[in-house]
Amino acid sequence: MKKIKINKKNIKEAIIKAGKGLLKALPMIFGTILLISLISVLIPKSFYTTIFSKNIFLNSFIGSLIGSISAGTPITSYIFGGELLKQGISLLAVTAFLVAWVTVGIIQLPAESAILGKKFALLRNITAIFLAIIVAIITVLLLGMI
Amino acid sequence: MKIKNKLKQITGSGYFLISIILIYFFLFIFKQNLFFSSISFFCNIFFKIIPIFILVFILMALTNYFITPKFIMKHLGEKGIKKWFFVILGGILSSGPIYMWYPLLADLKSKGLSYGLIACFLYNRAIKIPLLPIAFFYFGWKYIIILSFIMIIVSVIQGIILNKLMEVKNENSYSVRRKR
Repeated sequence: MKKIKINKKNIKEAIIKAGKGLLKALPMIFGTILLISLISVLIPKSFYTTIFSKNIFLNSFIGSLIGSISAGTPITSYIFGGELLKQGISLLAVTAFLVAWVTVGIIQLPAESAILGKKFALLRNITAIFLAIIVAIITVLLLGMI
Repeated sequence: MKIKNKLKQITGSGYFLISIILIYFFLFIFKQNLFFSSISFFCNIFFKIIPIFILVFILMALTNYFITPKFIMKHLGEKGIKKWFFVILGGILSSGPIYMWYPLLADLKSKGLSYGLIACFLYNRAIKIPLLPIAFFYFGWKYIIILSFIMIIVSVIQGIILNKLMEVKNENSYSVRRKR
């Protein structure tokens, strides 16, 4: 059997990098949970049901749009999305929100345009907004079937 | 001067946290019942996700150890359908901030990687294996598996769409240049 060579220096580096990554995300995570807690106490659940109507396309479009302009690590999006779901927002809107959050990068758009090209960056982000809606619809439909 | 330098070091997320803490500070002074209800809600969420954070940390360290940019770059050079497969895998396994990958992808572009494959790689970065525990916690494994599967398929569709769109755009700009 082939033995896996373990490099102690690389392990240390990997742990430090992971720690730094989580530490960097902590202010945003703390802030998001604090904000969610405040919003949950302040805003009644009925408010969300008025924003997210019964129209599935409109719901997913709103979710995708909010996700596109939101910034932060994917951990934050899961926490935020999970709590939105608990507030009574439809799974469709939350899914579109989650997918857009992680696939659309409005904040990184200037860097992406400068390095990979303006046309590419714009087309990639625009298609990602619409694809988030499609992903949300298919996921929710499949989840209902299985 | 020292305060100015220290303020410069605060990141955007740092300012976000400070402003939320300030809101809580004012709540504590003016609306104590709202403050305590929100803090109790916060504690409820926070203590639930601590064990998941430990698991996320372990998975992140393992990914950092085994999956390096060098490892991914090596496999992105495959051909045919294999190329799509490795681009998907590379996107899923890659770690670190997205902008860190732009120069590497631009380099691969100059070596022949299509725009579609770059888009596919970037789309699959949305699927994060170390973050699966927290995703399972909030949405359940069935939902996350279906979502990840659909996202992988859609990443290829986006790649094909972008290949076509960039082709059309490039052809158009070429014909405009020729007319001139």
